[in-house]
Amino acid sequence: MEKVKKTKKRKNKLYYKNNAALYVMMLPGVIALLANNYLPMGGILLAFKDYNYTKGFWGSKWVGMENFKYLFNSDQAMIITRNTLLYNLVFITVSVTIALGLAIALGEIRNQKIAKIYQSIFFLPYFLSWVVVSYLVFSLLSVDMGMINNVLKSFGMAPINWYTEPKFWPWILVTVNTWKWTGYDSIIYLAAIIGIDKTYYEAAAVDGATRWQQIKHITIPSIMPVITILTLLKVGRIFYGDFGLFWNIPKNMGILYNVTNVIDTYVYRALTQSGDIGMAAASGLYQAVVGLVLILTANKIVKMIDPEQALM
Amino acid sequence: MSQNISRIEGLTKSQERYIKRNESLADATKISKRADIVIHIIMILLAFACIFPLLLVLAVSLTDEKVISSMGYRLIPSKLSLDAYSYVLKDASDILRAYGVTLFITVVGSLSSLLVIALYAYPLSRRDFKHRRLFTFLVFFTMLFNGGLVPWYMVYVNVLHIKNTIFAMILPGLFTPLYVLVMRTFFSQAVHPGLIEAAKIDGASEFRIFWQIVLPLSKPALATIGLFNVLFYWNDWYSPLLFITDEKLFNLQYLMYRVDRSITYLVSQSNSLGNVSQLLSNIPSQTARMAMAIIAIGPIIFAYQYFQKYFIAGLTIGGIKG
Repeated sequence: MEKVKKTKKRKNKLYYKNNAALYVMMLPGVIALLANNYLPMGGILLAFKDYNYTKGFWGSKWVGMENFKYLFNSDQAMIITRNTLLYNLVFITVSVTIALGLAIALGEIRNQKIAKIYQSIFFLPYFLSWVVVSYLVFSLLSVDMGMINNVLKSFGMAPINWYTEPKFWPWILVTVNTWKWTGYDSIIYLAAIIGIDKTYYEAAAVDGATRWQQIKHITIPSIMPVITILTLLKVGRIFYGDFGLFWNIPKNMGILYNVTNVIDTYVYRALTQSGDIGMAAASGLYQAVVGLVLILTANKIVKMIDPEQALM
Repeated sequence: MSQNISRIEGLTKSQERYIKRNESLADATKISKRADIVIHIIMILLAFACIFPLLLVLAVSLTDEKVISSMGYRLIPSKLSLDAYSYVLKDASDILRAYGVTLFITVVGSLSSLLVIALYAYPLSRRDFKHRRLFTFLVFFTMLFNGGLVPWYMVYVNVLHIKNTIFAMILPGLFTPLYVLVMRTFFSQAVHPGLIEAAKIDGASEFRIFWQIVLPLSKPALATIGLFNVLFYWNDWYSPLLFITDEKLFNLQYLMYRVDRSITYLVSQSNSLGNVSQLLSNIPSQTARMAMAIIAIGPIIFAYQYFQKYFIAGLTIGGIKG
């Protein structure tokens, strides 16, 4: 017994001696993980404190669930949850209809060289930052200079004050988001379509199927796994609003908050403007926990459909 | 087409028939010419909608400032002028400075991120590395759960004390979990374990193996992830929004953000502040702002044409499972 233990110990020692370099290699990454992810995870405790700048993290008073009570008693929690969920649902629907349709159409074009050019153009918005996109949107919507109001005026119609009219914003945000992401999503679908075995189509053509029937009965069923997985991954992130979109495009106009405020912008405002750290942390934790549950559920469903594609 | 075939000598009758059938098959697996034209028309319209806002901003940046004030933004400038660009590139020292900050962060950030990611991903790809499951999970878990904005902000400001330093703009993109997993998968596919074994027998150190065998074999993955890093750092306005108040450290994106917000603020306060036009005179003109946007977009558009295939490879890279 003693001997076995000893050789095991010696083996272990030898392993670490031989592989010490591997651990050294990982050190910078571990430090980055600590700084960006694991230290902040400890900071979740802030959600249960009444944070006070002068008292600091350890000195601040514990308040239990007070922050959460306060959050859910205000009508804000309801509004930001509703906005986050509804916008994301629309964005997901757009992705599986417009982006998928676009990918199928691109794949059908007879001259694939020209199709590549279209694809490059559709992909372009993905490369622009939200700040740049906010400039682009402003060039269209600016009240006195904007292109759209220019057109309205030339038709003798009254210009519209876009940045102070909440009723337009669901449409504007959905349009801008579609503009930015459709090319990106369609590339993923298109890659799956290109991968389909051509002999399926030939066999169907021999049997007299029209091209439309081929798309319906071969293309779409073949890429169904990709559609499902992409959609479920997005469902897993449905509790996270795209901060760049919701912060930059409406330009933080207070009058629009009702239709533009999502959980992420709410947390940011609570942190930087009202300075209510405990509340901001509580909202963030609410988002992270529900987000985790959603991702795990989505993953479970993916696993049932196709275990190969599940995340874990 | 069929005439061409019969002209080819030495084909038997059955071969000829086979080729003909294949041609008609190829045609039956394509859409009709008419449908093709319809798709082209739709695509051209959509492509125009995609680049229209960019063309508009470009047009404004090239228009004479006075024309803008009287006629608004138009797609075709009635009077061309390069004043905005000469202002931005010559006279506006803060814009040039911001451009420098962006360049510095993009180069230093992208390269160090690539190195940190590759160094972490390599041991994970080694079958003989004992703790690879643990360290893979450490990365993977951060994709499922995070502490949220507030604790992250507090760690940067109160624990690391990097507010208003260049690190606050480099650290956020230094270690993207997804890229680590992608890189690990690539290493384990592209680098054969036997190769590492052989190098070890020849007495090469782990670092030497990493540097001289693993990295050269992984150029496509390094290019892909490097480019995603470049895109992140070039376009980053979020980290300066959170952590930078020192004007000297503003990058281009954040400077654009600030200029835009101060104008929105001034216009919305125009009643109480009185003479807005005087306040606005300290801010880059309409055309100069649009020129700034074009200058911020330019390198990205230029680069992306050449690197598109890497981006697409990165987007469709599969198998990130642990």
